[in-house]
Amino acid sequence: MLRENITELKHLLIQDAGLVEDMISRSMRGLLEKNPDMLYEVVKHQEPRVNAYDRSIDEMCVQTIAQFEPVAKDLRLVVMIIKMNKDLERMADHAVNISESGLYLIANPFLGSYDDLRFMGDNTVSMLKDAINAFVNEDVKLAQAICDRDNIVDEAGDKILKNLTEVMRAKKDIVPRALALMRIAHNLERIADLSTNISEEVVYIVEGRDIKHHKSERHE
Amino acid sequence: MNLKGSIKVNSLNFYYGAHHALKNISIIVEPGQIVAMIGPSGCGKSTLLRLFNRMNDLIPSSRVEGEILIDGVNIYDKNMDVVSLRRRVGMVFQKSTPFPKSIYDNIAYGLKIVGIKDRRILAETVERSLKRAALWDEVKDHLGKSAMSLSGGQQQRLCIARAIAVSPEIILMDEPCSALDPIATARIEELMGTLKDEYTIVIVTHNMQQAARVSDKTAFLMHGQIIEFTKTTDFFTKPSNKITEDYITGRFG
Repeated sequence: MLRENITELKHLLIQDAGLVEDMISRSMRGLLEKNPDMLYEVVKHQEPRVNAYDRSIDEMCVQTIAQFEPVAKDLRLVVMIIKMNKDLERMADHAVNISESGLYLIANPFLGSYDDLRFMGDNTVSMLKDAINAFVNEDVKLAQAICDRDNIVDEAGDKILKNLTEVMRAKKDIVPRALALMRIAHNLERIADLSTNISEEVVYIVEGRDIKHHKSERHE
Repeated sequence: MNLKGSIKVNSLNFYYGAHHALKNISIIVEPGQIVAMIGPSGCGKSTLLRLFNRMNDLIPSSRVEGEILIDGVNIYDKNMDVVSLRRRVGMVFQKSTPFPKSIYDNIAYGLKIVGIKDRRILAETVERSLKRAALWDEVKDHLGKSAMSLSGGQQQRLCIARAIAVSPEIILMDEPCSALDPIATARIEELMGTLKDEYTIVIVTHNMQQAARVSDKTAFLMHGQIIEFTKTTDFFTKPSNKITEDYITGRFG
């Protein structure tokens, strides 16, 4: 009974994660390919589906705890699924923010290059993809490696911020568009942070070891 | 701070005839700790508990090897006084065992046996013990009533009061709540939390959540062996042994 519940919970979370991953790639592709329909899809259809997953996963976790009082790895798994569910729901919100800024930028094109943003987006999506794989395969090594990749995204974000500051200094009328771009970069950065959280949660599920907030403990 | 009540088990083996019931057990219980022992039926946990006050002495063809030190003294030494040992190491059983006497006499009985006759001391000790066992408020107005008229939960607290009355160092509990409803169980568990300031408690339970709630350390036994003995907070969240993990998550047993 508990086994079935846990399998079902894992399935729900993996489906939810797949949907969120698609939202993030789609929000970036919509912007880069100047395709507003893709962005509307994220905002209008995908986000409500993630909210529905959020509610059913939460409810099922509470039910599982109430009925089966799980312990040891089962307990770690159920509690971490509650957290991952929250992480994914936040990511979906960030994807919506990116899509909204994307829609603005399609209507008001930014004339500079999107290369850095594309790089940041690709890395962010691959971090989430790997975090989900680490969860599915209980792969601690992969999970720990993801935590280290957060820096790459952070640095790319800093670079974008620096360049845009220069651009805004030079041309005042570009400020609203530059801010839209910065907002996208900031949301990608937050998504990468949340993928790091998921990876930390995977390590806790598999080994019962808490590596949050302690960079040095990630490779014990 | 009472620092009495330590238990040290050294390479203990116990046999019922040819049956090797406990195999090479070595554990240390610190004074003032609550230690829970869990494991499937027949794993030896109750046997081990009973060895702590030599309750198995009367079982024919049983045999103990190794030693159990209580406050540094081997209780299986030839010149150990078993009666005084059992006063220092009290026991509460699965089925409550009040004497068919008044509530008052249930508590005073053990004191009279050790020679206390002074009525004032008896009355004080009865009151103090019943208060300590969180039963006083419920029974203070009818101490002369038969103990058999109390509810199951009250009878169990009476047995705890009776054990406390003779000032033990260690209290052994063998499934003390298995016949009680959740509210009576919660009262006993709460009581254990307050008792551990003064007494070392070893409890055998089939209720894993109870072990998780009340104990500082948990021992898991199987086939007469200690599989894991560790801090309870770790035991139920991240057991280090695969067999423990499989048992507590219900994969067998």
